Amino acid sequence: MLTDTIKLKYFQGKQYIPDIQNAPMRSQFRGFPLLKKCDECLVDESVCPTGALKADPLSIDLGKCTLCGNCKCDAIQFTNYYKLSSTDRERLVITENMTPDDFEKAAIQARKEIRRVFSKSLKLRQVSAAGCNGCEMELNACSNCNFDMGRFGIDFVASPRHADGLVITGPVSENMAYALEDCYKSTPNPKIVILAGACAISGGVFQNSTKLNREFLDKYPIDLYIPGCPVHPLTFINGVLDFISKK
Amino acid sequence: MNWVITENNKKINALDIPTISTEEIRSDIEKMKTRVVGFFGKQEFDNVRLYVIAADDKVGKLYITSSLFTPEVKSYESLTQTIPALHIFEREFYEEFGIEPLNHPWLKPVRNNQDAYPFFEMKGEDIHQVAVGPIHAGVIEPGHFRFMCQGEKVYDLEIMLGYQHRGVEELFLKNKKYNNRLAESVCGDMVIGYNMAYSQAMEALSDTQISSKAQIIRRIALEMERIAIHIGDMGAIAGDMAYLMGASIFGITRTLVINTMLEISGSRFGRGLIDVGGVNFDIDKKMSEKIINMLNDVAKTVDRTTNVMLKTPSCISRMERTGVVNQETAKAIGAVGMAARSSGVDIDIRFDFNDKWYTSLDVVKPFRATGDVHSRFKLRYKEIKQSIQIVKKLLAKLEEYENEPVKVTPNTSLTPNSLVVSMTEGWRGEVIHVAITGSDGQLVRYKIKDPSFNNWYALAMAVRNNGVSDFPLCNKSFNLSYCGNDL
Repeated sequence: MLTDTIKLKYFQGKQYIPDIQNAPMRSQFRGFPLLKKCDECLVDESVCPTGALKADPLSIDLGKCTLCGNCKCDAIQFTNYYKLSSTDRERLVITENMTPDDFEKAAIQARKEIRRVFSKSLKLRQVSAAGCNGCEMELNACSNCNFDMGRFGIDFVASPRHADGLVITGPVSENMAYALEDCYKSTPNPKIVILAGACAISGGVFQNSTKLNREFLDKYPIDLYIPGCPVHPLTFINGVLDFISKK
Repeated sequence: MNWVITENNKKINALDIPTISTEEIRSDIEKMKTRVVGFFGKQEFDNVRLYVIAADDKVGKLYITSSLFTPEVKSYESLTQTIPALHIFEREFYEEFGIEPLNHPWLKPVRNNQDAYPFFEMKGEDIHQVAVGPIHAGVIEPGHFRFMCQGEKVYDLEIMLGYQHRGVEELFLKNKKYNNRLAESVCGDMVIGYNMAYSQAMEALSDTQISSKAQIIRRIALEMERIAIHIGDMGAIAGDMAYLMGASIFGITRTLVINTMLEISGSRFGRGLIDVGGVNFDIDKKMSEKIINMLNDVAKTVDRTTNVMLKTPSCISRMERTGVVNQETAKAIGAVGMAARSSGVDIDIRFDFNDKWYTSLDVVKPFRATGDVHSRFKLRYKEIKQSIQIVKKLLAKLEEYENEPVKVTPNTSLTPNSLVVSMTEGWRGEVIHVAITGSDGQLVRYKIKDPSFNNWYALAMAVRNNGVSDFPLCNKSFNLSYCGNDL
């Protein structure tokens, strides 16, 4: 029996991604959108399920975008660039001719104290506030053997008392609003709040629902926005790493 | 008997549906020996119309009827008393329309639960309560569990959900265009299942004929989703009994499947793949080979790991006779999908409702009948192997339709006054979407039933007389959806 177990382990070999910050992404992945002027394309705002797309001037709000590719045309192309996080809600709006480099330079501006306090260890408490289990599964995948987020000292913990911050997924339903605030208050200071996924950042496809209560997000400061629908593990890990690591 | 007979994904004239009394509904269901898959209300001016949809799995037919409640009628004798499987449907109907099923054994809230929820209570010297949630220890969705225990032993579990309620059904009515992205987000772990059910309902209502190629690609995606999630769940079951080798290996094996999905559709869970009118991405020969190679690798690893796991006594002892739901109970409470099959209730929409792409494949339904965690684990393993066979056969079939388009432009107008029932067997079980249009061709009611809606009660039955510490294991072996239940 023991030999079987050892064999099993041996067959797996090494599975982790060695360099997470420069990990290759499959070309089919829909990530950072490249927008350019095109006279032939008639950009139709109504194809966008979340209202992320604006035609005049041409822009895509990554905080709302589900990266579904409905709007794909010559003027709008999706690249496989996956580092989409930002500390500032406004910077998530991609405008014409913006390149991934332009975006990355300005996107993450963390305070010095955050880098000083959290750069070597960040314990997070995840709260699913009406998340559809898409982002939750991807956040779980961050801790698996491929992505192995724990090697950077970033982990999900079971209690808010042990946490340095919250990761919120989902559009925050009315029924979850109280529990979410309770969880925030139970987390000791200093703490950070991360919004993961289009639903958490803007309500996503649920933004017109009458059953949401997003007051919490207006009431407390948000430190990091990580777009995606769902958030890709590489987007999440790199977002958090860029946010906490000393440059 | 006064019921309209129809089939899966076939629209009928909503005005043809007869109106009978609830007592007739009760006696008819009992006589026909069918199982209820839809039981929901619709506002009609001042009246409320209750639609009841029953499925006969043996012949693959659906029966639909309705009952009308005028504003002065505020109650009826509950059907749950004789048909226990209806308990959750009647509670939902009461919550949405305020029409009370009299003498219902536990008329408790389904989704609006923030005010005092009337939990059952046991009293006694050694009895204590364990309350868990809504926020759980892991990265999962919210829900509240209340255990009544004596020492370590669980006497009763009550599950209070509703935290995830986002008003999805209303959102479908608000949108005047097809909204596949919303359908995908109702339950993000069953993207393909939900999107397929929604698309098929809309295609039936708008008389859109999609190509055979698109139909095959949809089913390939559906099976790949099943493979991926089942592998992930086997890993999670291994993780919950502290067999970390299993958790790690199944975890990375799942990655292979969903990364291939990413190569097909640009999303690891297949978001953006299906639209009303077909699919957005083609599977060409090269991709087809890639999928087959990937599946061969996956099959090898899953076989090897499962074999080692099932030879490990510490694993077997945790799984066997833990969380048992016997066939009688599963039938009575109306369990569906994978959970029901592992208790010996043989229902599967793919094969029972004349889906020609499945029935022509010559595969047998996997079957396992002890109803414990071990049986759910093994059924997952068998379903993975079966789905791999199905995908391979479908890929071979795909070549025959090489020159067909993957997508057609769908008609934008829906047939007025129609009703369609669209059922898809997702990995968790049957996803049922019912769409009803009004006289102007707009949707007036959209009803979704997730398999979890029936199955949460099966989990409550499973943990009875088990240790509290076995709850995570039981829970993971079902892996039910919170948002599918709460909508």
